[in-house]
Amino acid sequence: MIARLFKSREMLLALAIAILIAGVATRSAEFATPRNLTQAFNDSSILIILALAQMSVILTRSIDLSTAANLCFTGMAVAMLNKFYPELPMIIIILVALLWGLALGAFNGILVWKIGIPPIVVTLGTLTIYRGLTFVMSGGAWVNADKMSPAFIELQRQLILGIPVLSWIAILVIVVFAIFMRATKQGRNIYAVGVNPIAAVYVGINVGRTKFVAFCISGLFSGLAGYLWVSRYVIASVEVANGYELNVIASCVIGGISIAGGVGSVGGAVLGALFLSLIGLALPVINVSPFWQMAISGAAILIAIILNARSDKQKGRLILKKAQNP
Amino acid sequence: MSLQTRHIPDRLDKPLTSLLLSWEVLLLVVAVSVFIFNSFASPHFLDVWTLSDMTFNFTEKALLALPMALLIIAGEIDLSVAAIIAISSTLMGFAAQFGFQTPTLIFIGLAVGLACGAFNGALVTGLGLPSIVVTIGTLSLFRGLAFIILGDQVYKNYPTHFDYFGQGYVIWVISFELVLFLLMALAFGFLLHFTTFGRKLYFIGRNPVSTQFSGVNVKRIKFILFCLTGVMSGLVSIALTSRLGSTRPSIAQGYELEAITMVVLGGVAISGGAGTIPGVVLAALIMGLVTFGFGLLNVPGIVMSIFVGFLLIGVIALPLLWKRFLWVFKK
Amino acid sequence: MPSLSLQGISKSFPGVRALHNVNLSLYPGQVTALIGENGAGKSTLVKILTGIYQPDEGSITLDGKPVALSSAQSAFALGITAIHQETVLFDDLSVAENIYLGHAPRGRLGLIDWKAMNQSASATLAKIHVSHIKPATRLGDLSIANKHLVAVARAMSIDARVVIMDEPTAALSAKEIGEVYDLVALLKSQGKAILFISHKFDEIYKVADRYTVFRDGELVGDGMLANTSQNDMVKLMVGRSVDRVFPKRASVKGDVVLKVQDLSHPTEFDELNFELRAGEILGFYGLIGAGRTEAMKALFGLTKPSRGSITINNELIAPKSAADAILAGLVYVPEERGNQGIAAGLPIFMNVSLPSLKQTSKNNVLRLSEEMKLARHYTERLDLRAASLSQDVATLSGGNQQKVVIAKWLARQPKVIILDEPTKGIDIGSKAAVHEFMAELVAAGMAVIMVSSELPEILGMSDRVIVMRDGLIAETFENKNLGAEQLVRAAAGIAA
Repeated sequence: MIARLFKSREMLLALAIAILIAGVATRSAEFATPRNLTQAFNDSSILIILALAQMSVILTRSIDLSTAANLCFTGMAVAMLNKFYPELPMIIIILVALLWGLALGAFNGILVWKIGIPPIVVTLGTLTIYRGLTFVMSGGAWVNADKMSPAFIELQRQLILGIPVLSWIAILVIVVFAIFMRATKQGRNIYAVGVNPIAAVYVGINVGRTKFVAFCISGLFSGLAGYLWVSRYVIASVEVANGYELNVIASCVIGGISIAGGVGSVGGAVLGALFLSLIGLALPVINVSPFWQMAISGAAILIAIILNARSDKQKGRLILKKAQNP
Repeated sequence: MSLQTRHIPDRLDKPLTSLLLSWEVLLLVVAVSVFIFNSFASPHFLDVWTLSDMTFNFTEKALLALPMALLIIAGEIDLSVAAIIAISSTLMGFAAQFGFQTPTLIFIGLAVGLACGAFNGALVTGLGLPSIVVTIGTLSLFRGLAFIILGDQVYKNYPTHFDYFGQGYVIWVISFELVLFLLMALAFGFLLHFTTFGRKLYFIGRNPVSTQFSGVNVKRIKFILFCLTGVMSGLVSIALTSRLGSTRPSIAQGYELEAITMVVLGGVAISGGAGTIPGVVLAALIMGLVTFGFGLLNVPGIVMSIFVGFLLIGVIALPLLWKRFLWVFKK
Repeated sequence: MPSLSLQGISKSFPGVRALHNVNLSLYPGQVTALIGENGAGKSTLVKILTGIYQPDEGSITLDGKPVALSSAQSAFALGITAIHQETVLFDDLSVAENIYLGHAPRGRLGLIDWKAMNQSASATLAKIHVSHIKPATRLGDLSIANKHLVAVARAMSIDARVVIMDEPTAALSAKEIGEVYDLVALLKSQGKAILFISHKFDEIYKVADRYTVFRDGELVGDGMLANTSQNDMVKLMVGRSVDRVFPKRASVKGDVVLKVQDLSHPTEFDELNFELRAGEILGFYGLIGAGRTEAMKALFGLTKPSRGSITINNELIAPKSAADAILAGLVYVPEERGNQGIAAGLPIFMNVSLPSLKQTSKNNVLRLSEEMKLARHYTERLDLRAASLSQDVATLSGGNQQKVVIAKWLARQPKVIILDEPTKGIDIGSKAAVHEFMAELVAAGMAVIMVSSELPEILGMSDRVIVMRDGLIAETFENKNLGAEQLVRAAAGIAA
């Protein structure tokens, strides 16, 4: 029974997070207070949204290396929009962020679907293209807090029921995405394509179009994350989220999303992102230099992969009757 | 059975035709075009010393592309090469602080590279883990270690002769780095195209299972490749540190993606089993020419990378589109 | 009045004319067998029927009305379902989802209703008498036979008019095959039109009412089975009479070459004891999962036995890898040609020379002329049909690919050659060629182990037969007056 519990990646992660929080709380009780934990969730919101974005792509046996660049480009676009048109209602800003991100994701998706270029090659290219275009669009200039309208900055910090809007957005994304992946045809197609692309063709699933949809979702969420990032850190520049792809993929791997495709849950991705994020938040509290964060993430990824592999290791065929005794 | 044995010819196509239609020739045409463009666009380009300066620009990344090509042909990948450069450079700098001299530093650089490569290799071949995620993990781990050791400091006190590798010349305008690269390119080219070891890589990339069933020790070969990649990363680390004269933990950031771009541009299939060293060398040359040429025109690096991104996608898309065009046309 | 009728169907791909002007009619409550060699166009036809391909020419009518099967969904919606040879389903999804993927029951807001899906799945599984499979089980956790039953359930989850079964008994044990025949009878009684693709004549004669024969993408004959003899059928398929499928040969046996004693593995097999002489073909028969392939893999060094010994010519060998076994003179032609035998995408000559690189190279430097020489010699000996030695091995037919694999191993001049299901999925012409060749090999003194699940092949080729059951050797027979019944009983553990 206990063994069955351990097989679930989600349970294992939840346990690890609990231990982490408990451990840090022994050094500093402040860490485990509801107020602080809510803050921690808030700090993890963007990573969670990005991890879900990446998850849909990885499930289809693809990868999206351009999510951070998408975030950067879209963030700059809405920041500049806000700078030049500060009266524009926030709903428009968010809509632009979603559509801009979607377009960038769709570009990736079209290249994969219609031309058949391997996803790693496409997103390796767009990773530099999108960041480069950010430079071109902004002329290298930054957009700082003083150029942003109050609404732009305040929206995500508003509290509803004591929880910031940023967190609510993350929760909304989690719920919508979970329903999408569990209960819609497109969502199940994403899983099917990852589990067995050949069988998917046989049951009439358009594999290329499904991958396109996955890249669109990735772009959509990355665009949203772009707005959230620039308004949270009140900066839009070419350097935004530089190298962040790594954290995103790490969250997915730690969350049990298999790089081979077809396996992984929304809960896992969320917990993976939370875990990674918590490590970063915990370090200063226990007086470990932030320079340790990268190495610790690396170790966490490696441990996660080893555990991933253990669970889907193929058992040797059980043929002998005597070997089958319970 | 048949009364007379049917004779099967060795090959049907004419070697020359298939050579002319090859990817490598396409790359050669592109390389020459970029060269010509550069010489028109920048008056100083055709100066010997300018050209020599250009080589510094790409030889380090090109040196990484060589073992990376072998790995990708064999169906694996190593995203941690730049991080290996970082930790190798950090440990060399650390030793330099204590007064160790150049020969020792060389040894440390290469040894650290080898150790990291072996670590990667052990995880991939020993535990059977997918190399893409393993090396994403080790990339964080290795560079993370560099950050732990160095923090936000810089190592600068390298011994006097250490700068030869990155800044020295062998003869006239020919830099040491260029000579090193050319020698390595020849060595890797020979290894891949003329030895039994190289032949096996193509098989492993196409079908590791049937290759194992044919008596090839797939695990050992992959382990060797990861070690080789590690050592080469160590070598690049020496050259780069020597050229910069200093070490920061962020050294060589992004080099792995550039190396992979060179490899893919060079005609190596990302799924394994195909590709040549001449192709990779030409692709490295193209990227060097483009980067340098844009640099001479004062185009910011980040804008130029847009071009590289489109180049990569375009070059891979071209044959795919051509095939599709041909098929539609035939109907 | 036929349920489904195809007229004048043609389909081509770049460089290949897969089907040309074929006609086929399927009648309600009747089974039509589709027969033809590999490459005759059968799988292309199935893909057209299930909407995955569209024909270049020709028409399709369903109950007399013309239809366009423009996609897999539309074919499925019209009631045309297929059970493919290899179960093409989703291991990481649940049984229920596999049955209902693409047509899951919807609830509120048009979202998938998982509860209803699980319930419907249970109902469908009960309909085909398979209630022991639970809908929430992960498909990958089921046995091969049970996965196949889920594929059947998927086909039954809609009210099918046409059921296509492509080599449905290829990977099944005798008992499971019987269940398939019962299922066919059930479907017939429900008035469905069945297309039954098989290459096993005894099965076709047992199950089908009508037949259609394809050769090289064209229809060469059709009719009622009652009016046609097996030999006529073969002639139609191949264009010539083939009665030399199992060459007759004198068996002159030499010394013991291979001796296996007490070979055991923790989970796969136990206490294997047998000997093999030069000039002998030792057949290994058994049900799927009896442990034969596992035993052979251990002999070849791919898996590690827990105890026991292997000697070749009285020398003890303990192979820790395939390379060790090859050095000792033992080679293995694997069961799955595509996955385990060849490297697709690479030329024929390279595939042949791979285990012999050390011998054809000098100081590890490749010598292409030596490789070509080696490849030429062995492929010509096997009468390989290929345009050139530099041709991509993936473009060859199954039978020719198998010849490449055998050529590759002969080049090592082994003492013992193990052939695992050597003629599985191969056209009858190549089958005969492989059997002829095996006879030549043993006449020349080689020792051969042949693992096979085809009773005619086992009985036709072996000098002795070892029957394995559940990882153990059940019985060993001399092939004198040996009957299929004895083998089947030993394999299934049924007392006489």
